[in-house]
Amino acid sequence: MAVSPHEPYQASPLRLQREASRAQASRRSTAIALVSTFAVGAVVVLVVTGAKGFQLVRQSFFSWHYAVHSFPSVLSGIWLNLRVMLVAEIFVLIFGLLLALARTSKSPVLYPARLFATIYTDIFRGLPLLLVLLLVGFGIPGLQISWIPNSAVLLGTVSLILTYSAYVAEVIRAGIEAVNPAQRMAARALGLTQAQTQRHVVLPQALRKVTPPLLNDLVSLQKDSGLISVLGAIDAIRAAGIETAQSFNFTPYLVAGAIFVALTIPLTRFTDWLTRKQDRARQQQGRW
Amino acid sequence: MKALELLNIRKSYGDDLVISDLNLSLDKHQVKVLIGASGSGKSTLLRCINLLEEIDDGQIFLAGEDISEFGVSPDLVRASIGSVFQAFNLFPHLTVLQNITLAPRLVHGFSKEEAENEAQHLLARFGLSDKANQYPDLLSGGQQQRVAILRAIICKPKLLLLDEVTSALDPVLIAEVLALISELKNDGMTMLIATHEMGFARKVADEVLFLKNGEVLESGTPAQMLEDPQHLALKNFLFALEQAGRL
Repeated sequence: MAVSPHEPYQASPLRLQREASRAQASRRSTAIALVSTFAVGAVVVLVVTGAKGFQLVRQSFFSWHYAVHSFPSVLSGIWLNLRVMLVAEIFVLIFGLLLALARTSKSPVLYPARLFATIYTDIFRGLPLLLVLLLVGFGIPGLQISWIPNSAVLLGTVSLILTYSAYVAEVIRAGIEAVNPAQRMAARALGLTQAQTQRHVVLPQALRKVTPPLLNDLVSLQKDSGLISVLGAIDAIRAAGIETAQSFNFTPYLVAGAIFVALTIPLTRFTDWLTRKQDRARQQQGRW
Repeated sequence: MKALELLNIRKSYGDDLVISDLNLSLDKHQVKVLIGASGSGKSTLLRCINLLEEIDDGQIFLAGEDISEFGVSPDLVRASIGSVFQAFNLFPHLTVLQNITLAPRLVHGFSKEEAENEAQHLLARFGLSDKANQYPDLLSGGQQQRVAILRAIICKPKLLLLDEVTSALDPVLIAEVLALISELKNDGMTMLIATHEMGFARKVADEVLFLKNGEVLESGTPAQMLEDPQHLALKNFLFALEQAGRL
């Protein structure tokens, strides 16, 4: 059927019919989703509230009284976590980048650096963070070297940096290796040196590719900053522990947990948003 | 003095001999076109000249200087040779203007302003001014390839190597890229071109060389080569192109 470009467009009955069926299908999906959500929710509520120990658990984990009471001290603890997170994140990004560059370098001069980076990431990716914390936090003071400070906060932060640098290095390395080799070749053909190619052509593309997984590691680091409490640093977890020890009520831990979640949500939402944006760009252009 | 002189070039990958005892010379302002089937060694030859591949034997002289000698800095050599590839290889994270000005600024020591002025001048000349601040992904293939060519010539290279630069494009886009290359010929650019576009070869080539198994089997003016081929291999090659409707 030929349509004159001068006549205003009128949807064909076929299109109207298709749109009607599509709208109906979508209403049906919404209804099903609602019903199934309510059904699952009801079962969960019934099972939990019907449990024999429910009242006891509610009192010891969800007590409003203890939540309000412990909130100020937990909040002052989180201030320490925040500082630790921030400092650790900065160093982790720097060291992770250096390790990734060392691992992907091809120059023979850098062979020792490459070897070190490989061994380093192998070890610190496999070693549980708790173990690193104990080794660094109690082992280093045990050496009794006078110029190394014994601060639990400092040594805890160092442990976080040691562990997370290895994770971040692997993410950045994956990004570097995902850049099309033809990009490197084109840069070299223009006369750029190895270093200039890395700095101006490879790294910008690599970091863009791995931003979502990189942010994911930073979220994980934020949450794990609570582990420095095992060294005795008075962070949010430790503060909650002290409150709990006084009252034998576990609500303060939940308060700390809620604050941690609240702190990481902005970063996780940002990561999601960025990933979606990149996906959209890729779908639209479909060239890389 | 020759702009480019290749003496007894040999290149192999393992047991696979890709270029054997190849000789070729190019005068200043001369344009030579390499033709031949895929795998005949055209691309490898171009990559040997800008030192992206290391030759096994022979010598390469660029403007009288031996660039195949041990210890020559490949970065310096490549800075004076322009190279354009089949797949454009523009940098996707940089705008058109940034793509073109990257090498002038980093390699040739131009200031940002000087480099951008020169780039804008080139873009204007070839009708791409409105694309200066766009990212490559938003450009058509023909526009991308033209930007890639401008990126290669902005620092006035002694030699321009074009490796099947239209093979990834449709006929309309091919025409706009070839028009640009013809203009470069009028400017006096010394060029070595690998291509499957015979009509284009006829138009721009001072000499056409037919490569087969890494050797120059036959060479001559475009008219001689296309209308009076001597070797059976060249006749077969041209016949195949004719069958494919590409002569």
